[in-house]
Amino acid sequence: MDAILLQILNGLDKGSAYALIALGLTLIFGTLGVVNFAHGALFMLGAFCSVTLSRLLTLSFETIDETKTDFLGNPMKVKTPYVEAWFGPETGAAIIDWAVPLSILFAIPIMISIGFAMERGLIKHFYKRPHADQILVTFGLAIVLQEIIKYFFGANPIPTPAPDVFKGSFDFGVLLGFDPNVIIYPYWRMVYFLFAMIIIGGVFAFLQFTTFGMVVRAGMADRETVGLLGIDIDKRFTMMFGLAAAVAGLAGVMYAPINSPNYHMGMDFLVLSFVVVVVGGMGSLPGAVLAGFLLGILESFASMTWVKSILPGIDQIIIYLVAIIILLTRPRGLMGRKGVMED
Amino acid sequence: MSKLNVTRRGALKSGAAAGAGLALPTIFTASSANAFMNEPTGSSVTLGFNVPQTGPYADEGADELRAYELAVEHLNGGGDGGMLNTFSSKVLDGTGILGKKVEYVTGDTQTKSDAARASAKSMIEKDGAIMITGGSSSGVAIAVQGLCQEAGVIFMAGLTHSNDTTGKDKKANGFRHFFNGYMSGAALAPVLKNAYGSDRKAYHLTADYTWGWTQQESIAAATEALGWETVNNVLTPLAATDFSSYIAPVLNSGADVLVLNHYGGNMVNSLTNAVQFGLREKQVNGKNFEIVVPLYSRLMAKGAGENVKGIFGSTNWHWSLQDEGSQAFVKSFGTKYGFPPSQAAHTCYVQTLLYADAVTRAGSFAPCDVAAALEGFEFDGLGNGPTLYRAEDHQCFKDVLVVKGKDNPTSEFDLLEIVEITPAAQVTYPVDHPMFAGGALGECNNG
Repeated sequence: MDAILLQILNGLDKGSAYALIALGLTLIFGTLGVVNFAHGALFMLGAFCSVTLSRLLTLSFETIDETKTDFLGNPMKVKTPYVEAWFGPETGAAIIDWAVPLSILFAIPIMISIGFAMERGLIKHFYKRPHADQILVTFGLAIVLQEIIKYFFGANPIPTPAPDVFKGSFDFGVLLGFDPNVIIYPYWRMVYFLFAMIIIGGVFAFLQFTTFGMVVRAGMADRETVGLLGIDIDKRFTMMFGLAAAVAGLAGVMYAPINSPNYHMGMDFLVLSFVVVVVGGMGSLPGAVLAGFLLGILESFASMTWVKSILPGIDQIIIYLVAIIILLTRPRGLMGRKGVMED
Repeated sequence: MSKLNVTRRGALKSGAAAGAGLALPTIFTASSANAFMNEPTGSSVTLGFNVPQTGPYADEGADELRAYELAVEHLNGGGDGGMLNTFSSKVLDGTGILGKKVEYVTGDTQTKSDAARASAKSMIEKDGAIMITGGSSSGVAIAVQGLCQEAGVIFMAGLTHSNDTTGKDKKANGFRHFFNGYMSGAALAPVLKNAYGSDRKAYHLTADYTWGWTQQESIAAATEALGWETVNNVLTPLAATDFSSYIAPVLNSGADVLVLNHYGGNMVNSLTNAVQFGLREKQVNGKNFEIVVPLYSRLMAKGAGENVKGIFGSTNWHWSLQDEGSQAFVKSFGTKYGFPPSQAAHTCYVQTLLYADAVTRAGSFAPCDVAAALEGFEFDGLGNGPTLYRAEDHQCFKDVLVVKGKDNPTSEFDLLEIVEITPAAQVTYPVDHPMFAGGALGECNNG
């Protein structure tokens, strides 16, 4: 029982990331009809917004400390961050410590701008092209973006820690009457799960309760009719692309403390996120979220030692196995709409 | 009076015969010139540096390439000479190798065996590389070593830590300076016993490929010999990025030590995840829970940030060593590039010097002559103390460093502190040790 609870908890944060990326993918597919293979790269760019803000906040001036030497035996250059000089050591250190949450504010305008630029500059030219062309061009774009990041930040993972207050883990086991240390869960992963819930809730509320959202939903259902009513649906869909980019970016921002960002992290999530979209049902936003959590939790279960001892290698194929089973039994996915990708 | 009767057919036959006769000595000459693969005939010799220039180990590959360029500079008489000045063998004089200027070509292994073999093959066949060196992965090293054996060139391995490289997959044309999993275990176990006691239960997470398997086997054997119990060994996919589902069950397993047989991005992520789960603040079996990372790399430790503090591991070399050779290398490298070299850079630099020295002592570039010069070669002054290139398996035997993540680093490079320098005798094993059984060097191949 304790092992099952533990793996459900573990699946939640992974599922949160899948759900957020898949939500953006579905938004783009549902509105623009584009299969965006660069979406994982947007997640990666979000994580690097955290890295960038951390670096900006730790921009330093150098002073020479004659009492110490560097690795070559020269007097050591001691770096002091400007924020610590401006706001005092304690306040400055606190600002640096909170770099990741602050990156949310930093990342939103950047990611929306990147989304707009991607859509207007490249992807809009492929709306009427076959899906294969869209996949090729967006996949190429993803490679270009990750190589740009590698050029500026290197190939190694870059540690981007969460604020000190969120270090360590919470003992759920004690709360539920188990022995100590049986069901533990890191504080930051709890934050990530709650954050994902807020973002997902926000996107749904935006689409459900605003006039803008209503028009977008109408456009997703019948683009032509909405156009005939004199509404510039393309403009709204471009804005949805920006929103989807921001959602993926924010998922990346908050994921940075969970795994040190590297240029390749988007690709690690991309394929799985596409499976999530397909399992959830092409074009279905609730389906994407449901499938994200479902597959995240199943992946965690498949990593359990006793499961692996019965079915070796199951942790590597479980998601694809589930995808095959669901597509065989429910070809439109869990919550797929009729007519999507069926013409 | 005879009549000279010249016909067209006769003229052709005579011409062909004369041509063949004239060509005969040339054929023999050409055959003699190509007595072995890519014999250098001009004023220069080409070395092939096969390093990861793209992919997850690109930063390590870039550091290896810097070291190779520095070695070439020193061999050709440039710079301050680096470790040429401290090397116990004095045959290298800064005039290249056997008087030939050293040139190089580079290949990108991408840390993929097939890509690494393709780039090595291209450097041998198209660029005429006489020796191939480099790499940041045991899978790649074993694949390229096999190719070099078939092609008939020397392979001087870069960073490869699997026992198999000089164990079951050893080759007569391949040589490894870097240490291996067995040596890590033999060096680490006594330090771990002193620090954490002999009554410990270890849980291993192991990267599911050749390096991980041999590393885990070595560490488990070494720690069990000192009284530890191995509670579990879980193989993790090399492509895994989030290890939370593997780490979460550790505390409930009864283990009080977690051994992370991971390298590179795997190590950074698994260690970060383990620290996030608060493992290091927990108490199990009445003892503080501990984490061990058997193979450390400073470049990778940087990726894990503060999480490495206080965690034991082993390394082949570290820039803070105070011996004359290490100091000379750090000064050369640091002056040229502005930061200290990594252990990958060190082993690659040393391998290039050792190859050049062996050619010079042999007086020949022929791979079998070079191999003979390297076999059983004893040297010093290259940063690891007195070292032996054992003839039977082409593995270097030298001191091993046990290190610990530094609690109060003074700079971004100052991440690891040396806890102990384990003498070579303590990490030396017999040639027929079971962990290295199953292969044979075979015959040296001149191509």
